Amino acid sequence: MAVPILKQGPVLIASVQSALTDTDVLRLQDDVVEQVGRFRSRGLIVDVTALDVMDSFVSRSLRAIAHMTRLRGAETVIVGIQPEVAFAMVQLGLSLEDVHTALDLEEGLAFLRGQLEGPENGGG
Amino acid sequence: MADEVRVAIESDADVVVARQRARELAAGLGLSGTDLTLLATAISEIARNITTYAERGEVAVSVVATGRRRGVRVVASDEGPGIANLELALRDGYTSGVGLGMGLPGTRRLVDEFDIVSAPGEGTTVTFVKWGPELG
Repeated sequence: MAVPILKQGPVLIASVQSALTDTDVLRLQDDVVEQVGRFRSRGLIVDVTALDVMDSFVSRSLRAIAHMTRLRGAETVIVGIQPEVAFAMVQLGLSLEDVHTALDLEEGLAFLRGQLEGPENGGG
Repeated sequence: MADEVRVAIESDADVVVARQRARELAAGLGLSGTDLTLLATAISEIARNITTYAERGEVAVSVVATGRRRGVRVVASDEGPGIANLELALRDGYTSGVGLGMGLPGTRRLVDEFDIVSAPGEGTTVTFVKWGPELG
């Protein structure tokens, strides 16, 4: 099932609705990298609140998404990792260490707003 | 409720089905939400090894019991190429990528019992158990 991607100003929001197959994850990867260019987006939020499993493939793919979109000029924030999912990821040895994360969509948007209005972007 | 479910693993969609069916079976045994997530994640890792290395195989999930507790046993088997160096495949490099990249050391940490039988040309069978709480 494809992940819907919403455009909200300079930010794209990819909202995962249900369990993802590997094919879904790879499609999400292609879609966001393409849409960051098409909409000239400066930020991307991937909301994984609905995911009950984040295994090594999903984690690796989310890191790839964050790296690729950064190369395209947009910052990625992963939001909504559930507590038991976080526990499983740590046990498994997965860290997303160089990827921004936030508790939920609200926090993720606030983080990106801060990034986009930062001094290096000419202030507000 | 059935005491066993078997899921043929031939595609990435089957990986999702296997972990969901196992979660349903285990939910009836009193496993905590965290344990259900650890179980589902372990199945995801092992079932993906089947699609990646062996193309097809099977995940069988069954209820096991001792006197005081019940749990779930998962047997993931394939007739793929097998693993020549099990010791290397099980070596724990944590996040550093040491080992064969099959996620076996990490998966072993998610479950209570873990066993693997494999030889070149003879396929691979991974068996693991996740126990529920002790019955009062």
